[in-house]
Amino acid sequence: MMAQDIGWLKPPLVDSSSTPSIYRMTRRGNLSQLLTLKTFRAGEWIVEKLLAAAGMISILFIALIFVFLFKEALQFFKTVSPMDLIGKWVYDEYDEKWVFKTMWQAISSVPKYSLLPLLCGSFLVAFPSTVISAVFGIGCGIYLSEVASDKTREVLKPTLELFAGIPSVVIGFFMLMVAATPLQDIFHTKFRMNAFVGALGVTIVAFPIIVTLVEDSLRAVPKALREASYALGATRWQTIWRTTLPAAISGVSAACILGFGRALGETMIVLMVTGNAALVTGNVFSTVRSLTANIAAEMGYVEHQSEHYYALFLVGAVLFVITFVLNIFAEIILNRMRRKLRM
Amino acid sequence: MNRPETTEKNLKTEHKSGVEMDEALVKIKTRALSVYYGATQALKQVDMDIKKQAVTALIGPSGCGKSTFLRVFNRMNDMIPDTRLEGKATIDGIDIYSPNINVVTLRRLVGMVFQKSNPFPKTIFDNVAYGPKLNGVTNRSQLEEIVERSLIQAAIWDEVKDRLHRSAMELSGGQQQRVCIARALAVSPEILLMDEPASALDPISTAKIEELIHDLKKEYTIVIVTHNMQQAARVSDYTGFFLLGELIEFDKTERIFEVPKDKRTEDYITGRFG
Ligand SMILES: Nc1ncnc2c1ncn2[C@@H]1O[C@H](COP(=O)(O)OP(=O)(O)OP(=O)(O)O)[C@@H](O)[C@H]1O
Ligand SMILES: [Mg+2]
Repeated sequence: MMAQDIGWLKPPLVDSSSTPSIYRMTRRGNLSQLLTLKTFRAGEWIVEKLLAAAGMISILFIALIFVFLFKEALQFFKTVSPMDLIGKWVYDEYDEKWVFKTMWQAISSVPKYSLLPLLCGSFLVAFPSTVISAVFGIGCGIYLSEVASDKTREVLKPTLELFAGIPSVVIGFFMLMVAATPLQDIFHTKFRMNAFVGALGVTIVAFPIIVTLVEDSLRAVPKALREASYALGATRWQTIWRTTLPAAISGVSAACILGFGRALGETMIVLMVTGNAALVTGNVFSTVRSLTANIAAEMGYVEHQSEHYYALFLVGAVLFVITFVLNIFAEIILNRMRRKLRM
Repeated sequence: MNRPETTEKNLKTEHKSGVEMDEALVKIKTRALSVYYGATQALKQVDMDIKKQAVTALIGPSGCGKSTFLRVFNRMNDMIPDTRLEGKATIDGIDIYSPNINVVTLRRLVGMVFQKSNPFPKTIFDNVAYGPKLNGVTNRSQLEEIVERSLIQAAIWDEVKDRLHRSAMELSGGQQQRVCIARALAVSPEILLMDEPASALDPISTAKIEELIHDLKKEYTIVIVTHNMQQAARVSDYTGFFLLGELIEFDKTERIFEVPKDKRTEDYITGRFG
């Protein structure tokens, strides 16, 4: 019984030249070979642990930022009620009545910390810019992955990546000095600096991200699926609409979510071109102030560890949570796609 | 596409395959067919007559051009950049590489089953209905009828009839392959090209697919690539042996396996190759 169990470790009992090759192969292994295999794995073990450590350190850093941010942010609630994040009842001395103010007005005899105008600002910039980036980004991604020749792609892709590399302050400057006035003339807007100009600026940043991710997810669709579609008599566009795009839909959605996250996080462009008046509005041509621009604008003069200081950390924490949730969401969607395509 | 003029005369000339076939029974015909991938020649002057409503098996070592040959007939090679074709390939006497051929229509006439099962990440129903929908069938009950008929033909209906609206990716490899066969059958092609359809399957699924091929040949002209000699012997009526892009021998299956004319064919089928 025993001999049978370890039979494959022992030298062949029969003349190997006359036995089929599979049989020979399973009998070829011996103890010393197994030992060398093990020593070789020690090197792998070290590399594996080093990589794991590197991964752990980056997670640690994120955790530290997270802890620091929230520790400071939560201090805010020592002096202010959470209700104030929505709005505050203030007695209006001229009208002689109480009014509910949804304003961000940190420097005031009665400081107001409503997040509503800031959330409005952020979304009025990020949402239109994501929609524009998604429409053009998906189109461009399809073109790059399914239509363009290798040569065209070799020129277009680096050009797009160049876009992603433009510092946002340069884009902001460009929007402010070159684009804002003609845009005002075209749309007849009241304000020269408004959320829409900001959204267009942010589009320059979000668009390349979406294109790259859309193209990657389309390319990840196995060639076999396209072949199956063509073999059934589909044209190129039928194959794109009915097979490639649906197969990549999770990746495409994730691209849009990540683009949205990037647009929400953009600071400099928004700070430079949206006018920065913190209004609660749904009008994209209104001047707005985003969560990010608010922190950047006020961090410079805020008094250390004051209520205002903690309020800015709270804004940061809110931003962090939103982006964090968006990223997790995108990750889940991408994972689902990988599973679906068995990659 | 760069092809020399082929005249009626050299279409009828003697070719390597010693098979005598009634012209009326020939579905696919190739004459001096060569395919190039860039500078490499994958097929060399292949002459073959493929019989209507019969199974023709293509055998030969890896890289000898079997898939390339198969993909000539639904023009799937067109999609690979830098491919070039010389000679003639006809279906029902029509040159499928003539400039006025509609490739989309051709592909609806010539179905293909791939070596690796490749169902769409869609439901079983949508997989099978894909082709009919391309052809403009939108009527739900008509689609249901086609899907059922195709799945029955592909011998998988009983296994999937309760889960038609679940993803095809949840099926086993063998079931997926039969769904792929159903998908190819759903457009009612006249020719079915099968590139090693059972290479990744267990013996039971393989047997089912072989049985299926046997049933299908009543209606379809089937060309099948296989690495399995027993399979070729079991399912096919004619067998072609390829080597390095050349059609070495082509004959009735029993003659290829019992009295091969070429030494290389004999070596290959008896496993003494190399
Ligand atoms: N897309 C391609 N580009 C360049 N060369 C190719 C391409 N596809 C096939 N070839 C070459 O053409 C020759 C024939 O390939 P083919 O795929 O037809 O072989 P096969 O007989 O089907 O092999 P297998 O049994 O491994 O599937 C091979 O030498 C291969 O390298
Ligand atoms: Mg092949």
